[in-house]
Amino acid sequence: MEAYISLFVRAVFIENLALSAFLGMCTFLAVSKKVQTAMGLGVAVIVVQAITVPVNNLLFTYVLKDGALAWAGLGEVDLSFLGLICYIGVIAAIVQILEMTLDKFFPALFNALGIFLPLITVNCAILGGTLFMVERDYQFGESVVYGIGSGFGWALAIVALAGIREKMKYSDVPEGLRGLGITFISVGLMALGFMSFTGVQL
Amino acid sequence: MKKLRHFFDHLEPHFEKGGKYEKWYALYEAVTTIFYTPGHVTSTTSHVRDNVDLKRIMIFVWACTFPTMFWGMYNAGAQATMAMQSIGMTEIEGWRGAIMSMFGIEYNVNSIFGNMFLGALYFVPIYAVTFIVGGFWEVLFASVRKHEINEGFFVTSVLFALTLPPDTPLWQVALGISFGVVVAKEIFGGTGKNFLNPALAGRAFLFFAYPAEMSGSTIWTAIDAYSGATPLAQAAAGQLEYALDQNWWDAFYGFIPGSFGGVSTLMIMIGGLALLYFRIASWRIVLGVLLGMIATTLMFNAIGSESNHMFAMPWYWHLVTGGFAFGMMFMATDPVSASLTDTGKYYYGALIGIMTVLIRVVNSAYPEGIMLAILFANLFAPFIDHFVVQSNIVRRARRHVS
Repeated sequence: MEAYISLFVRAVFIENLALSAFLGMCTFLAVSKKVQTAMGLGVAVIVVQAITVPVNNLLFTYVLKDGALAWAGLGEVDLSFLGLICYIGVIAAIVQILEMTLDKFFPALFNALGIFLPLITVNCAILGGTLFMVERDYQFGESVVYGIGSGFGWALAIVALAGIREKMKYSDVPEGLRGLGITFISVGLMALGFMSFTGVQL
Repeated sequence: MKKLRHFFDHLEPHFEKGGKYEKWYALYEAVTTIFYTPGHVTSTTSHVRDNVDLKRIMIFVWACTFPTMFWGMYNAGAQATMAMQSIGMTEIEGWRGAIMSMFGIEYNVNSIFGNMFLGALYFVPIYAVTFIVGGFWEVLFASVRKHEINEGFFVTSVLFALTLPPDTPLWQVALGISFGVVVAKEIFGGTGKNFLNPALAGRAFLFFAYPAEMSGSTIWTAIDAYSGATPLAQAAAGQLEYALDQNWWDAFYGFIPGSFGGVSTLMIMIGGLALLYFRIASWRIVLGVLLGMIATTLMFNAIGSESNHMFAMPWYWHLVTGGFAFGMMFMATDPVSASLTDTGKYYYGALIGIMTVLIRVVNSAYPEGIMLAILFANLFAPFIDHFVVQSNIVRRARRHVS
């Protein structure tokens, strides 16, 4: 249990996908103008991450890994070179299925998430989470915790940025920096704040 | 005084639009408002008549740092002479030594004036560089962007200088304050429009960019060859006794190695309580920080740990070591980067207190946590405000229906 808690904390703060790995920047910068929408996107990322990382973990352990096909009598086959294309396919399919399920059974939630679900398909934070999972050889249980944790960290970062950008409505930024320029600088300064966690041993 | 007013009135046309020195209007404005309240008033209906403006507030905060600043100078000198005594050094090399011998001041541990003078030889250059370099950026931005020179800079500069260790290289000082003023403040439009505390952003920049000069046990006394661990470093190594005894009072009064401003909790309290009394600093934030710190410390005390000595550190030791008191009174209460709502201030303060202890105890890479904790809380301050405002809206909407 303790290992899971420390993995969760690490995924949320120390290895924050947005502010220490700088993944998912396009949506991070584009959809952070309002706290309300940022929260919607954040929830969507948590849900998708919590599903895709464990599913990809299963796919990796039972199909793609070197010798993973031993259960089918094909012990020598190594399909890990197919990793990238499989993961992204799985992510796209799951997002699509999730979208249809939500539309059918939870229309309120579907409307709240709106455009963000399809957007997430191409978000590199999602694929990044899966690739980190593969690289670090997480077990299934760990991959569930890591998926939820990394999604939560990303969501936390984007709502904080949205809060700051709402506050920055009152700022008087030089003309050349208005819009994305100052947002990039803000994200850099945020990363400085998140550096308080680097070096934490858990 | 009439002469002075007359003098300024005489000068004014030159600085206004079309005048000879039009470019320097910001400087003129900054100097005149030191003596007189500005003549400009709001053009719309709402108008508060009060002589307390941003300038008065900022200068008051600046004055409140004086007790700890002068103590910091004395202590830097005292720590240096004590270190010299213990390693058998009789004289400092370089220009500081030359000035000391020029005035014939001896290196005596017990001489208050001598220690003060020696400490000033360390502090004054750092503060001067901070002020000149930071002031340069401030005036440049004010002139080019046509806004007023803001006295928030007085506070930023003194806070930045006070967080530095005594023998910081001066070019690093210049670099740090440049980063703080330009990137963390001016590009957002100046005082009141930034979201990070500029002094802390500059300090954190130095901390991450030059870890060799900014952390470790040799930097906190001015003598290079001498390694004097701060109580915080001793605590991490398990060498600190936690009894409420002489050591604790030393740390409280400030007879310990450390940065200029952070050593004496007593002197910080004098300035800080004045700020609280005149309602310039928010007592809600201070209370939040204190309670957050105490609660987290008690939790760690209860958990306990065999290998990590910081777990056992009691809250009254957390209070007097490192920059905790300084950060709590002067940095966390910066009205610009803190939460703006009253309820939000408690949460914002508590977040700082919790994070400080977390970083100190759990993160073995960083001995000190308050700086990073405040920066971290700065990021979430607008988000906290958002929630407070939203919950208020929801509550009032509900009342309206019934």
